[in-house]
Amino acid sequence: MMNKRKLKFDLWTIIGLVLLGLYGIFLLFPMTNLISQAVRDKETGEFTLAYFVEFFSSPYYFNTLWNSFKVTTAVTAATLVVGTPLAYIFTRYEIKGKGILRILIIISSMSAPFIGAYSWILLLGRSGVITLFFKNSLGITIPDIYGFAGILIVLSLQLYPLIFLYVSGALNNVDNSLLEASENLGCSGIKRFFKIIIPLISPTLFAAGLLVFMRALADFGTPMLIGEGFRTFPVTIFNEFISEIGGDDGFAAAISIIAIIITTLVFLAQQYVTMRKTFSMSSLNKIRPKKATGIKQVLIHVYSYLLVGVSILPQVYIFYTSFKNVQGLTFAPGYSFQSYIDAFDKVGRAISNTLVIPGISLVVVVFLAVLLAYISIRRVSPLSKVLDSVSMIPYIIPGSVIGITLLIAFNKPPIILSGTLIIMVIGLVIRRMPYTIRSTAAILQQIPMSIEEAALSLGSSKMNTFYKITMPMMAAGIFSGAILSWITMISELSTAILLYTARTRTLTVEIYTQIIRGNYGISAALATILTVLTVISLLVFNRISKDGNLAM
Amino acid sequence: MSVNIKVNNAVKKFGDNTVISDVSLDIKDKELFTLLGPSGCGKTTLLRMIAGFNSIEGGEFFFNEKKINNMEVSHRNIGMVFQNYAIFPHYSVRQNVEFGLKNRKYEKEVIEKEADKFLKLMQIFDFRDRKPEQLSGGQQQRVALARALVIKPDVLLMDEPLSNLDAKLRLEMRQVIRDIQKEVGITTIYVTHDQEEAMAISDRIAVMSNGEIQQIGTPQEIYHRPINQFVATFIGRTNFIKATFSASDQLIKLGDFSFPYQDLSIKEDADILLSIRPEDFIMQKMDEPGLRGIVRDSYFLGLNTHQLVELKHNQQTIEIIRESSLEETTKVGEEVSLLVKSHKINVFSDDGLKNLIKKG
Repeated sequence: MMNKRKLKFDLWTIIGLVLLGLYGIFLLFPMTNLISQAVRDKETGEFTLAYFVEFFSSPYYFNTLWNSFKVTTAVTAATLVVGTPLAYIFTRYEIKGKGILRILIIISSMSAPFIGAYSWILLLGRSGVITLFFKNSLGITIPDIYGFAGILIVLSLQLYPLIFLYVSGALNNVDNSLLEASENLGCSGIKRFFKIIIPLISPTLFAAGLLVFMRALADFGTPMLIGEGFRTFPVTIFNEFISEIGGDDGFAAAISIIAIIITTLVFLAQQYVTMRKTFSMSSLNKIRPKKATGIKQVLIHVYSYLLVGVSILPQVYIFYTSFKNVQGLTFAPGYSFQSYIDAFDKVGRAISNTLVIPGISLVVVVFLAVLLAYISIRRVSPLSKVLDSVSMIPYIIPGSVIGITLLIAFNKPPIILSGTLIIMVIGLVIRRMPYTIRSTAAILQQIPMSIEEAALSLGSSKMNTFYKITMPMMAAGIFSGAILSWITMISELSTAILLYTARTRTLTVEIYTQIIRGNYGISAALATILTVLTVISLLVFNRISKDGNLAM
Repeated sequence: MSVNIKVNNAVKKFGDNTVISDVSLDIKDKELFTLLGPSGCGKTTLLRMIAGFNSIEGGEFFFNEKKINNMEVSHRNIGMVFQNYAIFPHYSVRQNVEFGLKNRKYEKEVIEKEADKFLKLMQIFDFRDRKPEQLSGGQQQRVALARALVIKPDVLLMDEPLSNLDAKLRLEMRQVIRDIQKEVGITTIYVTHDQEEAMAISDRIAVMSNGEIQQIGTPQEIYHRPINQFVATFIGRTNFIKATFSASDQLIKLGDFSFPYQDLSIKEDADILLSIRPEDFIMQKMDEPGLRGIVRDSYFLGLNTHQLVELKHNQQTIEIIRESSLEETTKVGEEVSLLVKSHKINVFSDDGLKNLIKKG
């Protein structure tokens, strides 16, 4: 009775309601709009399932979905198979140059996938340097990279680092005594890897696998560039939505909904499996890396270096070509800064946009995520539960679908935002929120509740406590999380490609456009600039997260 | 300032689950009052209701005449010491101690003077510019105390403040807390599950179990005259032995052995439960009259020797503690005869719920 009245005037409740309102306007409203678009006839406005019927009865469309599913599953499996052993090797054995390898792994994962795809085309495409080398000097024709295989290779190399990072984290929590106990009981080597280690980290494998699945499924740039005849659904959505002839918003909306249903099912399946398998581990004796001997040592090194080498190769090659001479659109012998000069001349705006748009988005994301995380961890109530679920929705919606929902919702009154910088910001914010909320919540959970209670008992008001105590303690964690968000935002393509206009082109959009136009020099120069931006951000991240003086 | 704390019929519920049912307390000014009980008994919950961190589902809470049920935490003027100290890690020791004073908007000089005073009192003045992570557990504990006391709180609340310290520091800080509490003269509620700590530190103790208060009293009262079987078990060690009481001749009977006992409040014959502390047995040679038993095990702990004796009449094994002597007189397997210091034993009803000894 008393409590209810107090609840009403609590500032946090008001903040929670405002946040819910924002989600209502920028996520739920566009989503309902999308649904109504998908089930309404364009002319008559009547309810119809015609789009869905068309989708499932036309093999052309249905195949895109099947293709997506096939290649995504293959990518997920491949990343698990490749990434898990790498993480295990890194945790258990000494490897020369491990630190550098780790940085390269992270860098290779941080770039936009379509840039990797583009680089692989330059290397292994029909007129790729490696292809030509084999053909001209050795007379061997190697199979081409386009289609299913190309997407599989590019995305696997792009995404296995996620598995690597997740599994490394999980292995860090495995107590070495468990391994020793297993050895003591007569189970060691490969057998132990499958009987003990894999089951121990299986919740992580599922979680990381889900992340890879979502990313691979939603990726637009890679299949667009390297897929050729192998059409996946983000490409189809894009074409249906963008193309001026024969394109159809309603149809694009219908495909979007089908895509969301699939991701939701996969998400729920993962949650279900994880829930039944979850257990907590804490390790007193971490696994210490030891020296391998003999053939084992050689194999370990070959595997690590080969994998990392291959995955960083596209970036290195792009970097290299950015300094080549250009003539017209293609490369010419000799080296110069011509591509960079051209890039700055023509698309300087893209560079500044890439600083401004993700910059603004980042501030908004961090600000909102801190509030949301605080409400969901510290102010548990029915409202916070609702906010929790709503804010996680974008996690399962592919980026291009988010782009479409925003466009459909905000290109007509009452709110017209299409073509503005704001809509780009909203797109980035919505997509990034689930991740930032989760990481912020994790930081918050490490701060004992009693610290805030101590402040309250010392006469500090709730808001004063939040700003003077909670926020400063979270600062280091929030900042390093923000840098990771920043990196994903500057390399984002699938939402931006739908929302951009001439004034709001970002680097990734520009790189993509230049690649499509065949402007090799400029695209290489821009891609290199993007990589440099990423590397600088990573260095800052490393610095902050390591010597964070707020050790909790 | 003199402050007494009154709690009338407190009720705490989490959802449909009642954690505290109808608890009443009357804590005197400047008293060190301890809430003692096993984990999950509701002692911390009750403390947090007084602090204002938990909502109150029923009852009234008073500091003197002032009802505090709906008062904001920040207005209650309490000093609280947490189990994990809850030192602000991003502030120096001095900033931690000054935090509460700053919230009260004192003048700068006052803040510095008061902070200095308590930094010195708690002997952490030399560490005043350090960050908490550079302090040991005991030093952090002192910071927490200084920070809680510097604001001149009406009451001091301490939630298991010693449980994170090692055994030696625990004894040292126990003394520090007791001394400071007497010196500052502040009404204090102290929560612990450690009965020895509670007895050492408290003026009075409330023994809690299952969200109810079992007994309130001085450490001596609680130890010597526990109100029921639970309190007798929880405080100190004891042996429970079933016996019968014969009202006509005022005798307590254990098998063949019996001894006179006149202090019971019951008027008719009854089955009873004796609670006899290990130190309240007198061990004699087997040819003396007494309760018969066989020594089954014996271990030497320095000051005392503990012996496990199997009683002949019901095969129950009881524990006996004697001061160690230079040469061991009773050996394992030897038959002995036991007497009890009858004025120190407790007699409970058969179900253990009631102490049958006459009051006063």
